[in-house]
Amino acid sequence: MIPEFENFKGFKIKNIPKDEPLAPGHRACQGCGEVLALRMVMKALGKNVIVCNATGCMEIITSPYPHTAWRVPWIHIAFENAAAVASGVEAGRKALRRKGRIPKKHVDIMAVGGDGATGDIGLQWLSGALERGHDFLYVCLDNEAYMNTGVQRSGCTPYGAMTTTSPPGKKSFGQVTWKKDLPAIAVAHNIPYVATASPAYFLDLMNKVKKAALVKGPAYVHIYSPCPTGWGSAGERSIEFSKLAVDTKVFPLYEVIEGRYIISRKIKKPKPVTDYLKGQRRFRHLGEDHISYIQKRVDADYEKLVKLSEMV
Amino acid sequence: MANRIGVEVSIAIANAVKLANVDLVAAYPITPQTHIVEHLSELVANGELDAEYVPVESEHAAMSCCCGSSAAGARTFTSSSSQGLSLMSEILYPAAAMRFPIVMVVANRAMSAPISIWNDHQDIMVQRDVGWIQTFAENGQEAVDLTLHAFRVAEDRRVTLPMMVNIDGFTLSHVIEPMEMMSQEEADAYLPPFKPRYRLDPRKPVTMGPVGMPEVYTEAKVAHSEAIKKSKKVILQGWKEFADMFGRHYNLVETYRSEGAEVLLVTMGSISETAMTAIDKMRDEGQSVGLVRIRLWRPFPGPEFRKVAGKAKVLAVVDRCLPPGALCGPVGAELRSLFYKIPGSPKIFSFVAGLGGRDVRVEHFEEMVDKARAFAKRRPKELYDVIGVREK
Repeated sequence: MIPEFENFKGFKIKNIPKDEPLAPGHRACQGCGEVLALRMVMKALGKNVIVCNATGCMEIITSPYPHTAWRVPWIHIAFENAAAVASGVEAGRKALRRKGRIPKKHVDIMAVGGDGATGDIGLQWLSGALERGHDFLYVCLDNEAYMNTGVQRSGCTPYGAMTTTSPPGKKSFGQVTWKKDLPAIAVAHNIPYVATASPAYFLDLMNKVKKAALVKGPAYVHIYSPCPTGWGSAGERSIEFSKLAVDTKVFPLYEVIEGRYIISRKIKKPKPVTDYLKGQRRFRHLGEDHISYIQKRVDADYEKLVKLSEMV
Repeated sequence: MANRIGVEVSIAIANAVKLANVDLVAAYPITPQTHIVEHLSELVANGELDAEYVPVESEHAAMSCCCGSSAAGARTFTSSSSQGLSLMSEILYPAAAMRFPIVMVVANRAMSAPISIWNDHQDIMVQRDVGWIQTFAENGQEAVDLTLHAFRVAEDRRVTLPMMVNIDGFTLSHVIEPMEMMSQEEADAYLPPFKPRYRLDPRKPVTMGPVGMPEVYTEAKVAHSEAIKKSKKVILQGWKEFADMFGRHYNLVETYRSEGAEVLLVTMGSISETAMTAIDKMRDEGQSVGLVRIRLWRPFPGPEFRKVAGKAKVLAVVDRCLPPGALCGPVGAELRSLFYKIPGSPKIFSFVAGLGGRDVRVEHFEEMVDKARAFAKRRPKELYDVIGVREK
């Protein structure tokens, strides 16, 4: 087991930090699940952190100069390279600490980006930083498309979803590929901690983020982030969809600690995927055949996860 | 001052970086830059240099990592070439605009295709406008001196900009040259510790790299442009104190037998040494020729160049870069705009030479001077001429 976790008792409703390192007053859309997830991430991390943000919705909405929503040190350089920037912050600080030029006290370093910044354009930078073993956490806020540029498909867009570059039409049913499994890619780097989280299960999310920060070496947390604007879903239903994604097994919650899979929330009586798909405009064109394909693959993926969790 | 000892220029540059006591080196291997970063890696491995060596997975990551490191307040170095420099290009812009005083040695090399590992200046000319201070070294000693100088200028609070030292790939990077190295004490006396104005620190949070709305973007760009223009003073001051300490003098532009010359060759980088030999030969033959060498490329030292070259009749500008479809090479174009509509100013012709490692010999410089004279009498169709190109 990871020694850094021993003294961590976990967040509970009663001890949720009052601090808001990410201030209100930013420019996110109504009902944005991503900024809600980010707020919880920041609550879990507190103020002793340096944030390296990839270009994307979260960067845009929090930093229109001369305003900033960040009460912690924050840096944004470009779209694809947050992990490499975090590598530099981490390694640079390591040298400065060793040379006595900054205090010895540990400071968490987080790189954060959307699904495109993490798994498409930024995959190489993420891989490099994970492989080199920098002591940092990477948080992917996955809203399943390029929302900031107007809802184009990404490798994380789910099968069948309508985006502006995967439009359904006479010869298309939307996104033709299955969602890229980014947590599995992170796991393949043999890093000590990987987890998935959902803003619907916010204590679980905060605990995972905190563990990712506590662990020595690289950690990766993949967070489901509903986007009412891009998904065509009602803003007030973001948390509902977050919950449904878990309960239908579409987005299972789990941890991978030193290679061992632990399912955080076992779904004994799953709801049908239709419960999740309906109410989101991006899926409304899907016919029975596609929905039943999605159901089959979701079940199979979950089964695989269960098998992995049974391996010791 | 130490004795002159023979050492490979890349190794000497790495030793200069060590003397600068850098905190972090992030680099990705590319010929002909490799010997510099290999040696730095070795110095770190042996404990001779107390720094983090981050073996990143690409040049883009190298520059990204350098930005993070510099933002954290660490003295930061990298080195690259050619394709690698182009790959990191996207991040060269924010590195400069966000005012990170990173130092980079560029071992200049041709751009693909066809792929070529050999020297010219096409790689750096593509990056001309990224907002970094850019110098060109003529020889190994200069490369070493400019590297140490670069840290001092870049980190000066009046400047706070990244700086590139260009050295010709192979013709400088891989040759062994007798050089004087300063001692650690001397280097420390010349280069004060890095004290950034801002750094990423939870005790004093700052937001770096925010969104620039149209209301502020222009001002941000103008501030950057003004800062790089003003750096000239600090660059000169850095060289003056360098001369006082080490006895080696550097200027924004250098001249060789240029007094009263009708025709001036204009060069950058190591090719200048061959050009001097050519000047000697032509002068011996009674020709009125001289040489001007540009050391500082960005910010361009306009008034200083005009002062040393303004009285010549013809400038034969050597461009180590052929931009397809352009009116002439980049150095030629720069000088043409410098002298535009100034009465009595020299006629300017660009000679593209030495692409992809093609040798530029004494006779080629003679050819350029002859052609420039002829062009001055009868204006050619093109503003540039490619030297030494085979017909078939």
